[in-house]
Amino acid sequence: MKETIHPQEIAPQQRIKDFNEVVGLYTEEEALAEAARCLQCKNPTCSEGCPVGIDIKKFIFQITRKEYAQAYLTIRQKNNFPSICGRVCPAEYQCRRACVLTKKGEPFASKNAINIHFLERFLGDYGIKNTIDVPIRQQEHLKRCKVAVVGSGPAGLCCAGELARQGVQVTVFESLHRAGGVLCYGIPPFRLPVDILDVEIEYIKKLGVEIITDSIIGQIKTIPDLWDEGYSAIFLGLGAGVPTFLGIPGENLCNVYSANEFLTRVNLMNAYKFPHYATPVNIGKQMVVIGGGNTAMDAARVALRLQSIAGYAPSVKILYRRTEIEMPARRLEIHHAREEGIQFEFLTQPVAFKGSQGYIEKAICQRCELGVPDSSGRRRPLAIAGSEFEIPCEGAILAVGLKANQVLLRVTPELSTDTHGDITVDPDSMQTSIPGVYAGGDIVGGEGTVIEAMGMAKKAARAILEYLKK
Amino acid sequence: MKIIDKKELIRKDPLRITQLRIIAPLIAQKARPGQFVVVIPTATGERIPLTIVESDKETGTITLIFQHAGYSTGKLGELGIGETVFSLAGPLGTPTQIKKFGRILIIGGGVGIAEVYPVTRALKHIGNQITTIIGARSQDLFILRKELQGLSDEFFATTDDGSTGEKGLVTDVLLRLLEKNHNNTPYHLAYAVGPVAMMKKVTEITERYSLKTIVSLNALMVDATGMCGCCRVTVDKETKFACIDGPEFDAHLVDWDELFQRSKMYEKKEKHICNLQRIADSGKRIE
Repeated sequence: MKETIHPQEIAPQQRIKDFNEVVGLYTEEEALAEAARCLQCKNPTCSEGCPVGIDIKKFIFQITRKEYAQAYLTIRQKNNFPSICGRVCPAEYQCRRACVLTKKGEPFASKNAINIHFLERFLGDYGIKNTIDVPIRQQEHLKRCKVAVVGSGPAGLCCAGELARQGVQVTVFESLHRAGGVLCYGIPPFRLPVDILDVEIEYIKKLGVEIITDSIIGQIKTIPDLWDEGYSAIFLGLGAGVPTFLGIPGENLCNVYSANEFLTRVNLMNAYKFPHYATPVNIGKQMVVIGGGNTAMDAARVALRLQSIAGYAPSVKILYRRTEIEMPARRLEIHHAREEGIQFEFLTQPVAFKGSQGYIEKAICQRCELGVPDSSGRRRPLAIAGSEFEIPCEGAILAVGLKANQVLLRVTPELSTDTHGDITVDPDSMQTSIPGVYAGGDIVGGEGTVIEAMGMAKKAARAILEYLKK
Repeated sequence: MKIIDKKELIRKDPLRITQLRIIAPLIAQKARPGQFVVVIPTATGERIPLTIVESDKETGTITLIFQHAGYSTGKLGELGIGETVFSLAGPLGTPTQIKKFGRILIIGGGVGIAEVYPVTRALKHIGNQITTIIGARSQDLFILRKELQGLSDEFFATTDDGSTGEKGLVTDVLLRLLEKNHNNTPYHLAYAVGPVAMMKKVTEITERYSLKTIVSLNALMVDATGMCGCCRVTVDKETKFACIDGPEFDAHLVDWDELFQRSKMYEKKEKHICNLQRIADSGKRIE
């Protein structure tokens, strides 16, 4: 069996100087070689690992035939944003893990598994470059229907696109001044370049979708207001943006950030271009990041780049209370972070932050050991008594989870939520407790992936189309 | 988002306070006293939270008053009539509870006077008796003085230099008013907005007289919709977000020292960007 093909990457020492995309695009030869590795299984398992069920075997086969446009459309049947998912999907937990080349029982994909995500990105970017349009089937009777979509993140954009392609008049309300939700404020440009996101948003607009930014539903309009304005159905893709804090002493010291704040300053507000952009961010000579997910990796890699831009020697430590194997982050991000010089302190959790004059100076940490598995199936970390030690730091970033956005929920008590504060829905239709109001994305399942959000949005869009027929 | 009126309320360097009236029909429709908007002056600007001083449903406009306190508010102040702000979102924050309390003490300092004004108007309108104390450094540095005086049953102005009203601080008057009625305060509520040091002092005084006090906090913010936690404040030993849980809180429960520290977090960066701006401006003048 031939070796897997990895696309070109910018060398670690080079890439930490800026925010340019790290992973390159497959050349045609590379894509063909990787596609040729696919066994074209008689009964493929890969698609079962995909939350939206892309016909992976088929699009890879089409690549081997150099039928790139058709291959692109094969993906587009199930996935509206292959360029985005090809970059941000945790493929090693999904399609690649389900690939027959992954050894049984592995926690994530074997190295040998087909690089489905890189092939997807190859096609996604091919589709953008060659402006391949997906057939639009606008139905006359839907052209009079208005649907409101709240939130312009992955779920909202996907739902809007699905409905608009059928002819529905869709208005998307976004609370920030830029569309894209977490794709814009959360994921750094070195993983998802801004122009890729912009192309996808432009495409949605071309379908006739109106995107209104600076429009905070729950404050400027409520759900009853939207009914009054003649919307027949509403989709809520509110997202999970409320940062969790640890509740430990010193957490409100200056330069202790939530990852959301840190990333929003840098990604959305361009703080890495301060003072050309006016939003500041403070970067210390030594930084710690707490958490083990993609957000933690993103925050750490952003911090490292800011240190490099500020002329400091890179010094970023990720503190995670379990071990590497339990980290929920994409393996590629962990690999990239390590390559860039980020250090990992596993089995470590902060118990307090200390500082002087209001600014953080050190994290007081504790070592952990792993006990029995908890509700997440991962072994629960247990603090080891007497293991306290200090890590000096001039900044700390907490990436320990996000909760449901509150603004609309607070003024809409009729909307049922679960114990986590997420909206509860009928799993078949994604309809909420309010008839005609649907929801999807992180506001429903809690923190998930872009592709999972899209899966829910598509399901909701189908249900909304049914609902509009009535 | 177009600016249709602009007034320089105060221009006595280094103090500059500007008033803008901006077209924002949807915000004007929904805004209630105590709420704020987030403004980004230009494409490269920051998100600045500013209190909605007035909103007019009929003309679809809102009025903002701000001090040129730093780089970004300075940029906002450079925009002229007919120009458009890059972004404007709101109304944000939980509105003030407007109901009949009885006798209310209103305390405003500096540009905080702009923030107490809409609240005072609403509280007066519903039938409360208003005692107002506002303070500035000197007589020509007051904003909305006449307007507030017109709403007040009792009115006090203080100046640092004694050029008008009483020489001293707003808290001096506050203390005197409360002392006068020792142990039997005739006031049912105090509402204070101003510099952190002033609000902290007000808190210390009213606490002694068990007078319930509401403050509106100017914490630093980014998104201002509850998604970043930049504006977190400790209230009653619990972390709250000023943007969605506030901006108003029970003054007696606020950790003032922490708020003060956090408000200074970007002082160095602020100084840097202001210096650069000054150099750029002097370059322009030489040309």
